Amino acid sequence: MGIGWAHMGTSVVASFLASLVECVEALTVILAVGSVRGWRSALIGAATAIAVLLIIIAALGAALTRIPLPIIQLVVGTLLLLFGLRWLRKAVLRSAGLIALHDEQAAFAKNTETMRNLGTGHTAWDKVAFAAAFNITMLEGTEVVFIVIAIGAGGTGMLLPASLGAVAALLVVIALGLILHRPLARVPENTLKFTVGVLLSAFGTFWVGEGMHLAWPAGDWSILILIAAYLAIALVMVPICRGQSQAPAFSERQS
Amino acid sequence: MNWIKTILREIYGLFVDDGTFALAILIWLSFMRWTASHLPLSPATSAIMLFAGLALILIESAVRFARRKRQTIRKT
Repeated sequence: MGIGWAHMGTSVVASFLASLVECVEALTVILAVGSVRGWRSALIGAATAIAVLLIIIAALGAALTRIPLPIIQLVVGTLLLLFGLRWLRKAVLRSAGLIALHDEQAAFAKNTETMRNLGTGHTAWDKVAFAAAFNITMLEGTEVVFIVIAIGAGGTGMLLPASLGAVAALLVVIALGLILHRPLARVPENTLKFTVGVLLSAFGTFWVGEGMHLAWPAGDWSILILIAAYLAIALVMVPICRGQSQAPAFSERQS
Repeated sequence: MNWIKTILREIYGLFVDDGTFALAILIWLSFMRWTASHLPLSPATSAIMLFAGLALILIESAVRFARRKRQTIRKT
């Protein structure tokens, strides 16, 4: 039972946090589109993209059950490592002040300006608003789909907890969007990306090891050890990278 | 069909932004897969080696970026 919870708990958390980051980015654009060109077409565009993504998840989820588990673990683990280590590397460099942080307020302002420049909206059916909302939801949603499938593909019955994490993130962001009606500028995006990078790198390493038939010293609990190890390495790397660059730190919101 | 191109570009970008970093990960994974079946290492040793190699690739790549940043700043 303990092994199941170690896997399931970390799957839900990893999927929730990773999806939260992507949903916040999509929300920023949808808010900009909706507030400038009208909500109807923007919301229909976003809802259509979510429906397409759900069909993709259902189709890929069913297809994955036909492939032998070690092959899935190796392939998905490799992709998860490329994805997770890339996020972790970037998060370390951002924390060290070497890469500028993502600014949701600036992104909102830029998207609002773009929407205004694309002519008049607020008609019954606004193609521009629909297309913009559909595109951003598809783009960010594709990342969420990959994360859910990658985390869920590592073991039998793991797709459900991974999906629940993503759905929870979507609901949280929708609720906050309805309440606030402005971009979620106070979300500690780099802290989230740092955490998600650690979790996905640990999952990726674990799945690849399983796919190669290696034996993790602590069995399934090794995933928690891998999380702790990646976190420790990443935290130590922040001051090292800052020292190596010998450059004044960028401000929190410099772009 | 432009949006399909954009999505494909985004998917590629999900996994690769520093080509050397991504390539180093793939080479290490291939090497570990080869050693798992060709060298008389215990599976537990191989698992630890797998993690250690990935951690080193991460450290080297981040430090290399920081040093490059320092050189860029000095030049400007």
